[in-house]
Amino acid sequence: MSEVTLAQSLNGAMDTALGSDERVVLLGEDIGRTGGVFRITDGLLDKYGEKRVFDTPVAESGIVGAAFGMAIAGLRPVVEIQFLGFSYPAFDQIINHVARIRNRSNHRFTAPMVIRIPFGGGIGAAEHHSESTEALYAHIPGVKVVVPSTPSDARGLLLAAIEDPDPVVFLEPIRLYRAVKEDVPDLYYTTEIGRLRVEREGDDITFISWGAMIKETRAAATALEEAGWSVEVLDLRTLSPLDHVGIVTSARKTGRVVVVHEAPRTGGLGGEIAAIIQEGALYSLLAPVRRVTGWDTVFPLKRSEGHYLPNVDQIVSAAEEILEA
Amino acid sequence: MFSLINPDGTVRDRLPVTLEEMRGLYADMVEARAYDHKCMALQRQGRLATYAPFEGQEASQIGAAAALRADDWVAGTYRDAALMWRSGYPWRLLIAGRTGDERGGSPPDDVNVLPPSITVGGHMIHAVGLAWAEALKGSDRVALTSFGDGATSEGDFHEAMNFAAVYGTPTVFLCQNNGFAISYPRSEQTISESIAMKADGYGMPGVQVDGNDVAAVLTVTREAIDLARKGGGPSLIEAVTYRLGPHTTADDPGRYRDEDEALAWRERDPLQRVRLLLERAGGWAPDWQEELETKATTRIEEAVAEAEALPEPNLEEMFGRMYEEPTGPLQDQLDEAGNE
Repeated sequence: MSEVTLAQSLNGAMDTALGSDERVVLLGEDIGRTGGVFRITDGLLDKYGEKRVFDTPVAESGIVGAAFGMAIAGLRPVVEIQFLGFSYPAFDQIINHVARIRNRSNHRFTAPMVIRIPFGGGIGAAEHHSESTEALYAHIPGVKVVVPSTPSDARGLLLAAIEDPDPVVFLEPIRLYRAVKEDVPDLYYTTEIGRLRVEREGDDITFISWGAMIKETRAAATALEEAGWSVEVLDLRTLSPLDHVGIVTSARKTGRVVVVHEAPRTGGLGGEIAAIIQEGALYSLLAPVRRVTGWDTVFPLKRSEGHYLPNVDQIVSAAEEILEA
Repeated sequence: MFSLINPDGTVRDRLPVTLEEMRGLYADMVEARAYDHKCMALQRQGRLATYAPFEGQEASQIGAAAALRADDWVAGTYRDAALMWRSGYPWRLLIAGRTGDERGGSPPDDVNVLPPSITVGGHMIHAVGLAWAEALKGSDRVALTSFGDGATSEGDFHEAMNFAAVYGTPTVFLCQNNGFAISYPRSEQTISESIAMKADGYGMPGVQVDGNDVAAVLTVTREAIDLARKGGGPSLIEAVTYRLGPHTTADDPGRYRDEDEALAWRERDPLQRVRLLLERAGGWAPDWQEELETKATTRIEEAVAEAEALPEPNLEEMFGRMYEEPTGPLQDQLDEAGNE
C-alpha cells in the first residue's frame, strides 16, 4: 500500500502491466524520454526499454492505427494521446476501425487496446487543451469509455482496460492528476468496467458525476449535508456501457437527481442519464432531473474558465430547487 | 517502369519466373476474372450489394499475392478480392461479404488477411502495426497493404509511410494505380511524376512496375518482401494498371473517361499477354484454356451456392459481434429487439 496521486497510480498501473504481460506496449508522443506531457509514463522507457515504450512521430491517427494493427497481431498496446482536443485526427481510426473490427470480421480479429486521453479544463491551458467531449466517444458502439476519479480506481480500471478483450477509451481527468492522494494497494487488481461507484450513500438526493467534476460534486454534497440533507453521490467511472442498474437504483431510492458534468449540455451524457432515469424510475421521482453542466460554448481560455466550469454553488442551488419542490 | 512481358507476349528480358509458375499465375488470373465477371452478373441480378470490379488489375493482385508466404498479413480494399483470394481468403466468404453478410469478414484461422477496408486509406497504417508487432514478437512475417492511387492523397498515406520508415517495419505498400479514383484521374490526384517517387521522401525504396505484367509484379514484390523479411524495412510499389470496369456497379465511367482509352488498355490486358507468352513457349493450348475456365466456373458457382446457403443472420449475432461479452445495456436492447 502506498499513498499516491492519480498520476502516480496510473504510472504504477502501467508499470505493473508492462511487468506482468509481455504483450503490453506503450505508444505516444513524448511518452518515452520525457515521460509524457503530464509525466504519466515517467520512467517506463528506462525500465522497460525501447521495444516496449515508443516515442512516436506527431500523428495521432497514425499512432492509433498502428496500435490497432499491433492489437490484431496479438499485442496489447496502450496509447497516449496528449489531450482530448488532439484526439480528433484519430477519430476516424477509432470509429471506423478500432470499434468495428470485431463486428466486421465476426470475432475473427479483435482490437484489445487502450487509448489513454487526458481531458477536461480548469488548468488555464491553451485552446483545444480543455475539452470534455466524452459523449463523442460514448456514442460509438464497439468501444468502452472509462473515466477514473480516484487513485485506486485509476489503477484498477486501467489494469481492467488493458486486460479487456475490447478497445477502451480511457479518459483521465487532468485537474485531478495531482489534486488527490490515496492509499492504493501495490497488488495487481482490476476494477470492473461498467459499474459505477457509490461514493457516498444518502437518502434525499442523488448527485451523479464523473471525472474532475467529482470534486465539486463532493463539496456540494458536503455543503448540503451541513444543511441537514442526506446526499448520495455516484461516480459513474464508466461512460460506456453506462451502469443503468446503478443509476436507476439510486434514483428510485432518493427520488431526486442532479447530474453534473463539465461537457456542453446539448448532447452531453446528462441527457442520456436523465432519459435512463425517466424510463426506469419515473414513478419514484419527486422532482425533475436537473443538469448542472458546461455551457454550449467552446471551452474558454484561462480568463473565462470561471464562467464556464460548473461550480459548487451552482450544484447546491440546483439541488436546493428540487429538494424544496 | 519495370516490366518483363510485353503486351504481345514477348519477353523483354530474361524471365525470373519458370514456365510452370507462369502457368499457375495464368490459371489464377483466369479464376479471378471468372469471379469478377460472376459478381458483376450477380449484382445485376440483385443477388449482391454494390460490387467493385477489379477487371484489368488481375496481374497486380495475383502477382503480389504470389510473392507472399501463407502466414503473412494482408490489408487491402474492397477492390482486392483477387489479392485476398490468392492469399487464402475463400471465394465463398468474399461473396458472402458482398451479399451483405458480416460472416464474410471472417477468414479461416490460419489466413491472416483482414476483411476489406471500405473507407479509403485508413487501413494502410494497420499493415504498419501488424508488421511492427510481428517484428517485436521476433517473427519474420511481413504485412502487405494494397490501396489505389486515390488513397495516396489521404493524410493516412503519409502517416503510414512515415511510421513504417521511422520504425523500419516489414511492410510492403502496394499501390495499384488504376488511373482513377471513381471519376478523378491520376493526373489530377497528384502532380508528382509518379507515385513510386514519393517513397524517396520517406526514406524507403520505391519502384514503378507495369501492373499488367504478372511476372514483373511478382518479381518486384518478391524483392520488397525479401528486404522486409530480412529486416530491411518497408518499400513502396506502384503497379501501373487500369480499371477496365466502372468504379462500382453504381457508377457510369462514360461520364468521366474516354472509352477509347479503356479500349486501348484492353490491348494491354494482363491475361492476354501471358497467354501469348505461354503459347509461344508451348505452355498453352485451347483445351487447357477450356479446362481452366470450366474449373474456375465450377469453383465460383460452388462458392456462390455456399455463400447463398448461409442461414439467415440472426439478431443475437448482430448484437453479439460488438464485444466479446455483450454489455448490460446491449443485452437489454437485444431483449427489447427480440420482443418486437
